[in-house]
Amino acid sequence: MAKKTSNFRMLLHKIGSKLPATVRKRLGSTLFRLQPFVSSFFDKLFHSLANFLRDIVPSAIAILIALLVGAVVLWTTGHSPIDAYSKLFTGAFGDSYGFGQTLTQATPIIFTSLAFLFAYKCGLFNIGAEGQLLIGGMAAALVGISFTNLPMYVHLPLALLAGAGGGALWGFIPAVLKAELDAHEVITTMMLSYVALYVTSYLVNYPFKAPGWVAQTPLIASTAELPRILPPTLLSGSIIIALVMAGTVAFVLQRTTLGYEIRAVGLNTVAARSGGINVKKGMILALVISGLIAGLGGAGEILGVERRFIDGFSPGYGWDGLAVALIGGLNPFGVVLASILVGALRSGGMVMNRVTGVPLDIIYIIQSLVVLFAAAPKLMKLLTRRRAVNWRKAGHVLTKFQSILKKTGNRLSGK
Amino acid sequence: MTHIVDIFDIINIGLFAAALRMATPLVYASLGGVFSERAGIVNVGLEGMMLMGAFSGVLTSFYTGNAWLGVLSAVFTGGLFGLLHGVLTVKFAGNQIVSGTGINLFALGFTAYMSQTIWGSRGASVSVPGIPVVSFQFLKDAVPMVGDALGTLLSQSPLVYMMFFVVVLSYVVLFKTPFGLRIRAVGEHPAAADTAGINVYRTKYLCLLASGMLAGLGGVFLSLGTLSLFVLGMTGGRGFIALAAMILGRWKPFGALAASLMFGILYALQIGLQSRGWFPSQLILATPYILTVVVLAVFVRKAKAPSDYKPYEKE
Repeated sequence: MAKKTSNFRMLLHKIGSKLPATVRKRLGSTLFRLQPFVSSFFDKLFHSLANFLRDIVPSAIAILIALLVGAVVLWTTGHSPIDAYSKLFTGAFGDSYGFGQTLTQATPIIFTSLAFLFAYKCGLFNIGAEGQLLIGGMAAALVGISFTNLPMYVHLPLALLAGAGGGALWGFIPAVLKAELDAHEVITTMMLSYVALYVTSYLVNYPFKAPGWVAQTPLIASTAELPRILPPTLLSGSIIIALVMAGTVAFVLQRTTLGYEIRAVGLNTVAARSGGINVKKGMILALVISGLIAGLGGAGEILGVERRFIDGFSPGYGWDGLAVALIGGLNPFGVVLASILVGALRSGGMVMNRVTGVPLDIIYIIQSLVVLFAAAPKLMKLLTRRRAVNWRKAGHVLTKFQSILKKTGNRLSGK
Repeated sequence: MTHIVDIFDIINIGLFAAALRMATPLVYASLGGVFSERAGIVNVGLEGMMLMGAFSGVLTSFYTGNAWLGVLSAVFTGGLFGLLHGVLTVKFAGNQIVSGTGINLFALGFTAYMSQTIWGSRGASVSVPGIPVVSFQFLKDAVPMVGDALGTLLSQSPLVYMMFFVVVLSYVVLFKTPFGLRIRAVGEHPAAADTAGINVYRTKYLCLLASGMLAGLGGVFLSLGTLSLFVLGMTGGRGFIALAAMILGRWKPFGALAASLMFGILYALQIGLQSRGWFPSQLILATPYILTVVVLAVFVRKAKAPSDYKPYEKE
């Protein structure tokens, strides 16, 4: 290796010596000036990569264990785990249609898990993303059906903005209750989720119901539609907003004053306060932005996929948010990966269900197991510690078990 | 205007009988919440524990034909999940909200999966032997004036009657025994309790066991006490309403009972109103949740939780 480098340097030297002196000088000084930027860029890249890996590796192990437990469940209920998992995988990633469906399923979950993550970095548990998503979706739908003669470049942003605003409003209520009155945000966001569920259900059943039996609003105007980007799948422009949002969240948290303050409040409220940070403001902003992200996710679903508000359109995307944020190691890019994984489980699960008859719900069992593992990092540490399992002892027990089985078998067969 | 007159058609003794039925699972689950929160652990997994109880009750009744064995198995299963919550949050000092959410997700997925595997239907199980209603018909003749009303009111599942006994028992255990004092000490100040020689971990485990068992009981009332079958997601958020009832009842057994009864009346009213199509049911269904948020906002000082829910780690 060392020899190669020196050869390379020799080569550079040779080329350099053939260049005119002025050019050589200028090139050298430019490179010299660029050097710190380049190295700091790579430093940062490696640093964030290392962070990312540190966040994501325990989740990867948890997923593996959950898949193993899922395989045991499948096997004991008379299904072939290999068959089921392979159908699940090819269903989710095997062709462009499957992959489109995977991303479609992942999109709202990216939003809700980013929402959970953002508030979590401020030390707050926003488990009300479901309600924020519903209110955001309803606000977007109402803007979508109310205007018919706006140009698209006004109508669509307006509808998205309404969705974000609706979600932000639904985050603002628990935020104020938390910051001003110290009301526990877990309870208030949870309760407000159900309030949102029933309020939107009321709106879609009574004042804004389209004629007919189904509880749904009329279709939104075509000028408010987010374009579908991979027909015939339902994948819409919402996925692009989601990915941009992930980048924005990462940037805001890591590179801005607001992000710094929010993280400081999350790490230690007392220290943040004595450090001159306005704790109340940080908490309120964190929950409002969290609600905004979830609301935008709801708007994306309505404007891109459903094209109208249908009662009960969300199968619990908000609740998935918490789970997926944890699976993603509470890292914005990990969250995108985890959302795609969960989206793959959903879309691949449907294919698996159709082809092999395995109940779709196995994927929810797997997902819940990952969450249970994520709940207790110490348990994960124990499981992943080297020599957590004493293989020699385990082998001993197994051989003993086998010999007992053999003996019992022999006795039973009368030998 | 006629509606206001007609509303007295709905408010009758039948409404209160229905309210009592609606309140029962809430009472059991919110008592479960009281036990766990008094010991310093948030239990958002009540919903999942109820669902597991409802499911295992039906499963046992399906295989043995004995509904009471079903109730026992529900209590056992609920307790098991209470202990799981304990292992994750006490032994491994995990996050209580995450663990509870995990239990909820698991219960929903597992019961749906098993329901399909065993009964071939994701939506509902077959009908199984349920717990028969116990009624006191002799009251009709024995008591003058209100005999009829009592007869209607007291025609309930035995689990409904047992509920009142469990409420009193919980009150006595929590507030009148040394063990209850220990529970509250562990919740309020685990380090001090530890110094005083109380086994903090064991107390927490026992409370979570009780919490899960009570939630399981609430769940099995839904399945074996009313419908005699298991329906997908049949708890329908009752575990969360139970949490609301616990907060409104200020973490006390009788408070939880009163709040649950109030919610029960609301639900019974909602069914009465909905069947006549007078009033959007959604707005009534939202009331318990709005009420909880309002109470948290208005009575902040009084509605303060009895502990700060941090996992306790021995030094």
